[in-house]
Amino acid sequence: MTTAAAALPVAVARPRPSSAGMARRVHDVWSMTRRSLVHISREPMQLSDVTLQPVLFTVLFVYIFGGGIPIPHGSYKDFVLAGMLALNLVTSTMGTAVGVSTDLHEGMIDRIRSLPMWRASVLVGRSVADLITSCLCALIVGVTGLAVGWRPAAGLAPIVGGFALVLLFTYALSWIATCVGLNSKSPESAASFGFIVLFPLAFISNAMIPTQHMPGWLQAVANWNPVSAVTAAARHLWGNPNPSAAVHAWPMQHPVVAAVGWSLLILAVAAPLAARLFRRRTIE
Amino acid sequence: MTVREATRGWDGPAILVEGLRKSFGEVQALRGIDLEVARGQVLGMLGPNGAGKTTAVKVLTTLLAPDAGRALVEGRDVVHSAAAVREIIGLAGQSAAIQEELTGRENLEIMGRLYHLTKGESRHRAAQLLERFDLEDAADRPAKGYSGGMARRLDLAASLVARPAVLFLDEPTTGLDPRSRMGMWEVIRELVGEGATLLLTTQYLEEADELADQIVVIDHGEVIAAGTGEELKNRIGGDVVEFVVADRTHVDTAVAAVATLGEGSPSVDRETGQVSVRVGAAGSNALVDAVRALDAAGVRSEGLGIRRPSLDDVFLALTGHGADSAPETRGRRGRRSGRPEHAGAR
Repeated sequence: MTTAAAALPVAVARPRPSSAGMARRVHDVWSMTRRSLVHISREPMQLSDVTLQPVLFTVLFVYIFGGGIPIPHGSYKDFVLAGMLALNLVTSTMGTAVGVSTDLHEGMIDRIRSLPMWRASVLVGRSVADLITSCLCALIVGVTGLAVGWRPAAGLAPIVGGFALVLLFTYALSWIATCVGLNSKSPESAASFGFIVLFPLAFISNAMIPTQHMPGWLQAVANWNPVSAVTAAARHLWGNPNPSAAVHAWPMQHPVVAAVGWSLLILAVAAPLAARLFRRRTIE
Repeated sequence: MTVREATRGWDGPAILVEGLRKSFGEVQALRGIDLEVARGQVLGMLGPNGAGKTTAVKVLTTLLAPDAGRALVEGRDVVHSAAAVREIIGLAGQSAAIQEELTGRENLEIMGRLYHLTKGESRHRAAQLLERFDLEDAADRPAKGYSGGMARRLDLAASLVARPAVLFLDEPTTGLDPRSRMGMWEVIRELVGEGATLLLTTQYLEEADELADQIVVIDHGEVIAAGTGEELKNRIGGDVVEFVVADRTHVDTAVAAVATLGEGSPSVDRETGQVSVRVGAAGSNALVDAVRALDAAGVRSEGLGIRRPSLDDVFLALTGHGADSAPETRGRRGRRSGRPEHAGAR
């Protein structure tokens, strides 16, 4: 608080943030991020989405389905790891929807809005916290994969790039989840987002099995599903078997471009929408 | 920031409200409210659910934009200088704004960080407030396990992290058991002793009387009375003698018998046979007189007693209707939620 601000009879409407203003915003976002991280660490069930579940899914898929699904030019475990990464990260965004909905109970909104802080830091802080837990999840999937015999055939940079691509997509998706959380009347209804949207999104794709064996119409859906582009891109970068390369759909021919494109498109639509929903929810 | 820093360069009242109006669609929540609170004073805003109390607090804390009129907090306009207002206010709303998964200490420390205190300052301030609000033993347990009274104290502590010059408490004791209410009163009294300006809303005359220097009574979004607790109680007619007539056919006889005891005519609830007489400062003498008068008239009564005036009595005296007869549309919540029995008694 400066006396200069106090002396202003009428503040200029919404000044653009100065560099000091930006520093404050970063500070606010980080404070909210830490708050969310502590919150997440206190909810063992919520955290199990990104710790226990990836280990379980990866082991289950490799040993139960692995034997029954032939993969041209490679093994199922080399094929499925990108899919496991996508499956775990995509479904983990349900936690974002539930978390946003939980955060925004009436009293908390009023308290936050009466603070001299950047209001959007409530949303940005949570999305950063979720990105951090997503990184943890990705690490666990990778280590579990190595333990069960997954071997990438690429240099360090493309391997990291593959992980980064899936994380970018997850981050974009978390903004859709944020919109869902903002629109939900209760955390419970936010959770149904997972079953209605995220599971079909993850399963109707090339993540678990090659799309070539699906009925024709479903193949079309699966080939244009952003999740397929993301897993195909990761397989491509990791040098793992990628049967989708034989599919003629544009995203399967250009998986990296498609994955980045989908992510940016989703971000460009969902983040401003979340900001609008947040304003509507917080201003009567 | 100290109160002195926050209020530099402004000699007017800490809170100044002129002609404030706010509607939600058809419902007029505020119909032109004027208020003035001197620095360091406590204003009690008394009214039933839906009277407009929370709306007024939301406008003053920059959460809602008014339709007309203006409101200044320490000279800063809540609409045009909202950010400057937020620097110097604290708000504890009706629903506790604490993060249940976090411990009491973490809740306060994060609040400090959001007010841009340094890490060390935040930690120090949190420890200070935990001690002060008697939460030290529970400081490192998740707030989920706190009792209602503890949660409210933590919430209040959170609103005080940045040492606000002006504090808004929206029904700070609603829903608390009597012991926790007393504890809250104690805490609020101490705060006031430190020079903060305080606006608190309440449904309890007793609470406003205990804590506030000035009381405004609001109803239908308008200020219908203002004054000190003493002044208001005098207007209301002080204590109330109350009894129930066992035989409903004798209600009129009973009313006639006790009519001379009070100031104004007794109020009667024909359904329950309950008669209330405002007896001013006559106190227990009035009680004895009532017993004699009813005995002489041959009316049998039940539950004869004397009590302090309630919000309903205030409303009856000021508006001619009870606090509960307001139309349902004005309140968003259930009208009776969180009311202790004594305020609801008629």
